[in-house]
Amino acid sequence: MNALPLLLIGLAMFAGGYVLYSRFLGNRVYKLDASFRTPAHELQDGVDYVPTNKFVLWGHHFTSVAGAAPIVGPAVAVIWGWLPAFLWVTLGTIFFAGMHDLGALWASARNKGRSIGTLSGRYIGGRGANLFLVVIFLLLLMVVAAFAVVIKNLLISTPSAVIPAWGAVAVALLIGQAVYRYKMSLGLVTVVGVAALYGLILLGDAVPVELPDPILGMSPATFWIVALFVYAGIASLLPVWVLLQPRDYINGVQLFVGLGILFVSVLLSAPTIVAPAFNDAVPAGTPDLVPLLFVTVACGAISGFHGMVSSGTSSKQLDKETDARFVGYFGAVGEGLLALGAIIAATAGYRTLADWEAVYSAFGEGGVAAFVAGGGAILNSGLGLPVSLSSTVLATMAILFAATTMDTGVRLLRFVVQEAGEVAKVRIGNVAGTLITLAVGAGLTFSQGAGGEGGLRIWPLFGTSNQLLASLTLSIVAVMLIRKRRNPAPALIPLAIVFVMAFWAAVVQLGDFYDARDWLLLSIDLVIIVAALWVAFEAVVAMRRASQEPPEALDADVTEKVGPAR
Amino acid sequence: MTSRWASLRAGLEEFYAGPYRRTLARARREEDDLFRMVVLAEALGVPDPAAYYTVELMPALYEDFHAWHRRMGMDRSPLEHVGCC
Repeated sequence: MNALPLLLIGLAMFAGGYVLYSRFLGNRVYKLDASFRTPAHELQDGVDYVPTNKFVLWGHHFTSVAGAAPIVGPAVAVIWGWLPAFLWVTLGTIFFAGMHDLGALWASARNKGRSIGTLSGRYIGGRGANLFLVVIFLLLLMVVAAFAVVIKNLLISTPSAVIPAWGAVAVALLIGQAVYRYKMSLGLVTVVGVAALYGLILLGDAVPVELPDPILGMSPATFWIVALFVYAGIASLLPVWVLLQPRDYINGVQLFVGLGILFVSVLLSAPTIVAPAFNDAVPAGTPDLVPLLFVTVACGAISGFHGMVSSGTSSKQLDKETDARFVGYFGAVGEGLLALGAIIAATAGYRTLADWEAVYSAFGEGGVAAFVAGGGAILNSGLGLPVSLSSTVLATMAILFAATTMDTGVRLLRFVVQEAGEVAKVRIGNVAGTLITLAVGAGLTFSQGAGGEGGLRIWPLFGTSNQLLASLTLSIVAVMLIRKRRNPAPALIPLAIVFVMAFWAAVVQLGDFYDARDWLLLSIDLVIIVAALWVAFEAVVAMRRASQEPPEALDADVTEKVGPAR
Repeated sequence: MTSRWASLRAGLEEFYAGPYRRTLARARREEDDLFRMVVLAEALGVPDPAAYYTVELMPALYEDFHAWHRRMGMDRSPLEHVGCC
């Protein structure tokens, strides 16, 4: 099978999903109304609530939700063959993720830009809001722990990415200074910044950095993880304009460049997929396709994290309600594109089936490393870049995704710790909050050994808790639709599938953790299972109540009309 | 062409600034609060070594000071000689 038809079919499905299904959702289900006065206008404050051009808002939304997860998940899931991953990514994006992200945006915009946590309090009940905090804490913790390991693995497997990965920090620091201190033109700064980043990639490719073993009494793996936690701690404490803001920005620009060159390379080289469509000979120890596929590919098919971004920031900047279709649904399509690129790279970038099977020798193998190696080969045949340079480009791209998510994760986790401190009436300062966050994150990462084995082993739990969060968001959307007496099926069907798969996976994993006597993961998994049951119970009660109450007035949540509907 | 370039630049700047608008606004307010305290230190009962230089900035701070004491939960100005409200 050639990858080109796969890419074209995937693109056509995404385009069809956007043109047809999102139009159906926008017109018939959510009934988006261009005359609805969005929170960005109603509560405009120049800070949180700012009407924003839909293309710019899509850029914000997409770069906020895009991280290493849509690469890691699909590149692990192809172990069952390329077809299941392809179908889940395309159909999941069209019928699950797009519906979910657009729904979260709509639900929040109809409720003055409130977050999913607040909405769960309103529509599901107070306990739903508490549950939300627990799930958020777990999710952020897993992101911090797992991404430290993902980056460490890449720094060791692709030593040529060491200079550009750390050099990007210096580039971001300079961009921050140039924009704020020297008031230089952002266009110029962007061009110079991207050129500097690619210059560093060339330099890194020429000068790979392999650490001596041991270094400062640690193995290179331990050293990189410690260095990453120290970096993330410092980055999260610095004023955001110094590092995080320019780093996120340049990473956003790099995301578009990276995706562009990957797809152009597939178009030009039309590589052959060597992996089987269905892998009958999965390595020993590989869990069953159902339900694990549905939690292994989380971002890229459906992700609760997207609902947090939709309702946290994007909904407050929506200029017109009808823009939600482009920002929410097409944002999910962007993530699906990234996942599709990862599937193609991890299955079509190898010369023979034997080469591919050597990489996918056990469940959890492959992942970003397969994306980098396979994608590198595709860039090589498509654009003619040398193999090592191509791998460096993709490794740097993956590291930057993971690193920006990790440092932001540490910062957000610190806020959660500080909030928890407030509840317990203990004031936790920034430094103390960061140290607690780092200690918990590093503790989890090193819980299985000094090489950071604990970080990636919790990855399937990331999928389950993330899907659980998506279930919570979908149940809010379903309750809103039932209250309005609209057809809730487009929300209820994905809700039922995602919930059953996440719960099933969590139960399967519970047995695995018990067999392995892994008490830490067993405890976290138990928390997830209890939370899942809780969500199910609360959601069913809320939906029953909504169906028994009199229907909501047509414009119950329309705060003010501005002109006729367009 | 010029307007297209200008809108591209505006979009780029929005893309840069948007996600961090809130954080930067909060950081700026904290800095302003600190600056306000330095200028008003004497009036607040804190010995101010720079009083000679900062006293003439006081009138410029009245509006800010008003917003500040309301944020702090005081409806009226807590200082007799700062009559902002």
